[in-house]
Amino acid sequence: MTGTTSRLVLPRYLQEQDGQRTPVAFDGYRSTGLRAPLRTPVDLPHRLTEITGPVLGEDRVTAGDADLTLRAGGEAQGQRIIVFGRVLDSGGRPVPGALLEIWQANAAGRYRHVVDNWPAPLDPHFDGLGRVVTDSLGRYEFTTVKPGAYPWGNHHNAWRPAHIHFSLFGQAFTQRLVTQMYFPDDPLFGQDPIFNAIPPAARHRAVAGFDLGRTQPDWALAFEWDIVLRGTEQTPFETDDDGDVA
Amino acid sequence: MAFEHDSPLVQDADETNERRPGTPRRGTGFLDEPLTLRTTPSATVGPYLAIGLTWPDGADAVAPGTAGEIWLRGTVRDGNGDVVPDAMVETWQADPDGRFAHPDDPRGSATTPGFRGFGRSATPGGEFAVRTLKPGPVPDGEGGLQAPHVDVSVFARGLLDRVVTRIYFADEAGANATDPVLAALPEDRRATLVAQRTEDGYRLDINLQGDAETVFFAV
Repeated sequence: MTGTTSRLVLPRYLQEQDGQRTPVAFDGYRSTGLRAPLRTPVDLPHRLTEITGPVLGEDRVTAGDADLTLRAGGEAQGQRIIVFGRVLDSGGRPVPGALLEIWQANAAGRYRHVVDNWPAPLDPHFDGLGRVVTDSLGRYEFTTVKPGAYPWGNHHNAWRPAHIHFSLFGQAFTQRLVTQMYFPDDPLFGQDPIFNAIPPAARHRAVAGFDLGRTQPDWALAFEWDIVLRGTEQTPFETDDDGDVA
Repeated sequence: MAFEHDSPLVQDADETNERRPGTPRRGTGFLDEPLTLRTTPSATVGPYLAIGLTWPDGADAVAPGTAGEIWLRGTVRDGNGDVVPDAMVETWQADPDGRFAHPDDPRGSATTPGFRGFGRSATPGGEFAVRTLKPGPVPDGEGGLQAPHVDVSVFARGLLDRVVTRIYFADEAGANATDPVLAALPEDRRATLVAQRTEDGYRLDINLQGDAETVFFAV
């Protein structure tokens, strides 16, 4: 090995096209007005800091985190559902060992949070927090209740469609994703600026599919949602100055 | 003749994309362009992020009590100059040797005991705080060095995707002067990324908008 190996050929994470990803700001979503940056972001070439990221997995998960219906010694109210799917990158490769953090409102559409005080009941047996790690094939699954819709102050008679919040790290800083999963055919989609901020071509990718085959008879309905993180253009290796693989 | 396939990937592919997985190619028999699945669109973290994203050890990019520990602090402000009390700030950085706690670091993963390199902080009163070690210089991949820096993600109600910035350090003026990322910025905007020394570490405020809007990056 010589000093020339300091030239690192690093994976480059592909960026989704503009019309296929959510912009930071959206006119109909009032809170973006004073918060979304106004200047054009500066391109940051992917170097070591961007192609690495926190390695988080089972150490962040405790027993029972994958079943949100059994908390505080009792059973949550609501329609019991299984949410499952795969985490893949845009090259179609499964992302194994990936931490998913999820949170949601209860069946009545109320969050267990100090700033949520609309008059819907809290559920003593539902805290709305789940964590799971994908298996070796990138698969995840958790059990919960279907969250309710809830009103919010964005515009007159605004209601959020039922949704579950997801947070994922993938394996690199560039792959970080925080998003929301919706349920099929929700009649509230049309008036929701957070859903409609997603470009039309990409909206279906935020909506889970109902899967009769995965329902558990006499127990729970099932919804499938695959999550696709950004993939890489090439795999990492080192070259010397002649371009030979070191 | 119709091409038949049973790849599960095809079902998820954008049907308008001619390069979708499973598309037959003439000639080599190999896919010569990357497979493409469209990515999942982002959404705002919303106002209730504390339910799902609170960690008791979130602020600890390094274990408490580690020699050399510092606090990175700052206030997140909106376009009115008001503090943003419901954001989340995440940090990712190398250790003092310039290595990352990650298997893809081609020089080997960081070996500093207790070093995670990742911090996550809520912003009560607008202020974030992360316990960490000051990073060392990091190779730029082209034979040079980047100045010590921390990659930062900011999530909040009102941001439909995270925004990304960096923290550099005021007492690294020499390294900062040759850093390729800082050098590519207009001189009068570089200061928005440079943290100042404090009693227990460094401070850099993050302005989402305004005259002093922080430089944000597309990654």
